[in-house]
Amino acid sequence: MSKINILTAINRALADAMEDDDQVLVLGEDVGDAEEGGVVGVTRGLSTRFGDERVRTTPISEQAIIGAAIGASLVGFRPVAEIMLMNFTTVAMDMIVNHAAKLRFMSGGQTHVPIVIRTMTGTGFSSGGQHCDYLEAWFAHTAGLRVVTPSSPADAYGLMRSCIEDDDPCLFIENLPTYWLEGPEAERNHRVKIGSASVLAEGSDVTIVAYARMVQEAQPAVAKLAQDGISAELLDLRSIAPWDRATVLASAAKTRRVLIVHEAVTPFGVGAEISSVIHEELFGDLHAPVKRLGGAFCPVPFSRPLEVGFAPQASDIEAAVRALLDHKRQH
Amino acid sequence: MTNRPVPDAATQLGIYRRMTLIKQNDERSRRVIRTGKLVMPYYSPRGQEVIPSALSASLTASDYICTIYRGTHDMLAKGVPLRDLWAELAGRVTGTCKGKGGPMHITHPESGVMVTTGIVGSSMPIANGLAWASQLRRDKRVTVAYFGDGATNIGAFHESLNLASVWKLPVIFVCQNNLFSEHTTFEKCTAVARIADRAAAYAMPGERVDGNDVFDMYAAGAEAVQRAREGGGPTLIEAMTFRFHGHVFGDADGYIDKAQKAAAIAADPVPRFRARLIETGVATEAQLSEMEATIEADLDDAIAYALGSAFPDLAELSRDVFAPELAA
Repeated sequence: MSKINILTAINRALADAMEDDDQVLVLGEDVGDAEEGGVVGVTRGLSTRFGDERVRTTPISEQAIIGAAIGASLVGFRPVAEIMLMNFTTVAMDMIVNHAAKLRFMSGGQTHVPIVIRTMTGTGFSSGGQHCDYLEAWFAHTAGLRVVTPSSPADAYGLMRSCIEDDDPCLFIENLPTYWLEGPEAERNHRVKIGSASVLAEGSDVTIVAYARMVQEAQPAVAKLAQDGISAELLDLRSIAPWDRATVLASAAKTRRVLIVHEAVTPFGVGAEISSVIHEELFGDLHAPVKRLGGAFCPVPFSRPLEVGFAPQASDIEAAVRALLDHKRQH
Repeated sequence: MTNRPVPDAATQLGIYRRMTLIKQNDERSRRVIRTGKLVMPYYSPRGQEVIPSALSASLTASDYICTIYRGTHDMLAKGVPLRDLWAELAGRVTGTCKGKGGPMHITHPESGVMVTTGIVGSSMPIANGLAWASQLRRDKRVTVAYFGDGATNIGAFHESLNLASVWKLPVIFVCQNNLFSEHTTFEKCTAVARIADRAAAYAMPGERVDGNDVFDMYAAGAEAVQRAREGGGPTLIEAMTFRFHGHVFGDADGYIDKAQKAAAIAADPVPRFRARLIETGVATEAQLSEMEATIEADLDDAIAYALGSAFPDLAELSRDVFAPELAA
């Protein structure tokens, strides 16, 4: 099987979707080839291949971008709108939260908004406080939105195709530092069901639930723990809203210890929701309270040591797992 | 300007029918709310009847509009049926949106009412998307975004007009300048004297018209619609008008100058146009009275239908959040 990186996988998913369905459109800042197909090149080649009518470079106008996507989707198009960085969704929140998420419900099902909002984020490039936040919990907290975040090329391809084919608004979160991570290339008919997690490593002592770049941080931790005879099960959540309760609960019921890892700050986060559900469903069966690891509760800092210290690392994950196992010994 | 489009007699009569429908519907809404049979936030469009009534004469059912919370006049002028509208106002399952949207979110794609928003300024970005769809399909449809003067001071106005002009979209931005942003006067919160002047910043045609004058409003609307249909791009129309009532039903409107309000009501565009139709022989008093009586009967029917309809089932809380196959 040939190898491909995440960036190219997303690019191919967009191209294949545009080829398969002429209602698929792409819009956003710098997305056209005259602008080099996006600031990191995710949309490179699309405007040349499918034309400037369907692939439209926009002004720096996030509300107008999402508004245009919503309007076109109401009458049958399937626009994929790029909001260059996740922090820039803040200036389009009205369009995303008050409109894209709610029009199906408020219209009593007469209209719906099949759009995909692509956005990238993630610490690691020294971009400071306004260019790399993980804000997924805000969107997952809004009824009517789907939120996905792949961590491998095949999942990126399959989730993008699924999001474009989905009849509701999907937020597709791309991680900047792992765009060039390679993995097997997916077949053209590959789809990842929205709301399905994947089990990356099977284990019996502890479950690690991670997503996006945290999956890459968790993998060396799992290997290190294995050297000490600790068997960790690693789940890649892939989809945050909805999240795969069945897979997470089944794993938690088996290992009875769960660590949730995300780059977003911990308070009121995705980890809190998952932890709460695990406790509601499996309280008496757990060997230890569910533990969360997230970014420090501060704006993302600039200085390199601070930025590295901000987000969970493999060593933090390993230590957190050992603490979970120690907890049992206290009883 | 010379040689501007003039509505013929039948068109004038159609415009009057929409105007009096809006006026009568408003009067009835206020009465029914007072009885307590209807509990809803109500943003009266009374005084602003001419704008959508005259513009709709140049639109077809397949053209799109996006309107706002003060939008009953825009919806009725575009053709939303009274029964569906009133059932929605009453929160009934027979309403346009099964009672799930309410007065601020009336949606009726059959008559082209694609979005009604409760957020100031938000009709415009979505209108652009509908217009983009028409441009891609070359279906000659036109999209109208209605909004008030207050909405021209929010960022969405700037982003939307700029994008519409850059993309030459078949969209018409209709600012209904009723001189109040909620409770605050136009002069106090708007840097320019004429909103139409802002069109220059987007290299699009902009025109201020007397939005209470049927002939002016019709001409401006017809020209803008023709421009959009022929691929000439967007237009900004600033239609001057006046809101006869407070921002929302129950608001005592102490912030509106009494003399200014009295003058506006004295110049009520609905009876004024009615008198003109009779004077110019377009219609007789008897014809118009009959039209109005029919509308009263339609309102009786719509209200009885609405109040006699069932409320939505609680199961609706989990429907229409996502596509049906995933709703369970």
